[in-house]
Amino acid sequence: MKLIIINYGAGNIKSIQFAFKRLGYDTVLSNNPEEIKAADKIIFPGVGEASSAMKMLKESGLDALIPKLTQPVLGICLGMQLMCLHTEEGNTEGLGIFQTKVKRFSSKVKVPQMGWNVIKDLKSDLFKGIKENEYMYLVHSFYAEHCKETIAATDYGINYASALQHNNFYGVQFHPEKSGVVGAKILENFLNI
Amino acid sequence: MLTKRIIPCLDIKNGRTVKGVNFVDLRDAGDPVELAKQYAEVGADELVFLDIAATLEGRGTTLDMVLRVAEQVNIPFTVGGGISSVEHVDALLQCGADKVSVNSSAVKRPELVNELAEKFGSQCVVVAIDAKQIEGQWKVHLAGGSIPTDIDLFDWAKEVEQRGAGEILFTSMDHDGTKAGFANEALAKLSTTLNIPIIASGGAGNVQHFIDTFVEGKSDAALAASVFHFGEIPIPELKQELKAKQIQVRL
Repeated sequence: MKLIIINYGAGNIKSIQFAFKRLGYDTVLSNNPEEIKAADKIIFPGVGEASSAMKMLKESGLDALIPKLTQPVLGICLGMQLMCLHTEEGNTEGLGIFQTKVKRFSSKVKVPQMGWNVIKDLKSDLFKGIKENEYMYLVHSFYAEHCKETIAATDYGINYASALQHNNFYGVQFHPEKSGVVGAKILENFLNI
Repeated sequence: MLTKRIIPCLDIKNGRTVKGVNFVDLRDAGDPVELAKQYAEVGADELVFLDIAATLEGRGTTLDMVLRVAEQVNIPFTVGGGISSVEHVDALLQCGADKVSVNSSAVKRPELVNELAEKFGSQCVVVAIDAKQIEGQWKVHLAGGSIPTDIDLFDWAKEVEQRGAGEILFTSMDHDGTKAGFANEALAKLSTTLNIPIIASGGAGNVQHFIDTFVEGKSDAALAASVFHFGEIPIPELKQELKAKQIQVRL
């Protein structure tokens, strides 16, 4: 299986590579459109600030490519947020794959949310064999509002979408690569889709 | 609901665990990777590696250790000790560290916090603060708590939050090593005046101390070393007891 991690300069890619390696899979880092198009599965990572990440995507032409991909794509953290319509962070237009907007947590809770929280109301094959209310590791200041594409929910001051799916596109707000054995199972599920 | 975090801290020198580790089932208690894996298995929520030597010559060894930890450990970890530049942080993150902590270097050059937050995001910037009470006032100390400054703990914490810190690791030098409990009054003040997570450090001796720091100290996470390393407080039991007190933990 050709598994590609989109490498556009945003994020902690090493941890994702190692997580797949622990599952027995090698990954290739690439920002080459032809190579990405030819992959079996694609990971779209992202850590950092939304507007600068989007700028990097545009510079490499990946903003046009990603929404047209037909193989399974998994966006993680900021990757997921950039797949939405818009994010308040840096007032950034997203890729528009998920029909929802990304907002900042209110100051009634500590921002960023940092640590382990549960995911519930699970739908989708991504969570095959995963029980309700399993703990995932999350670090984020912005959240996706619920929409018809919500496949998991989490509470942090507000109930929000912690995972989304539209056809072949999947997005998770949490870090499966850092979420112990349950996180690893979710990555494995993605490989089996 | 977001859970309270339990964080073992490992002191590292030349890529090896140094003091005070007495784990029964380890082949090599000096190997940070093996120790980290074991902590991940028993339910630690995160790990902190503190490079206590932190020499320029030893930097490569530490990076190699970070790489090996990232390769084998499936929970988040922070690396601290002697970090003072964007380049150094970049190298640590490239090796798979999730967060870095800065301490004295941020006091000497506060702009460092802004630079790190802008380049890498607040989520990976932990500011560690060592403080001690002098005539009733909490004063920031440098170089592992050995050099006093005139800087007020609460002013400094507020400043680093504004500069982009994602989290504060507060060690009370008055409590560190005493096993008499955390500095809960100061912690509660930090936690209520700031809007970023606060990690309590210094003073853990028994389970009640953890309960107290989460309830009275309003801490978001608690860090300890020897009580975990010597098996005095097994993490699974600690978490069960916290849960029994209606404190949210990951089990």
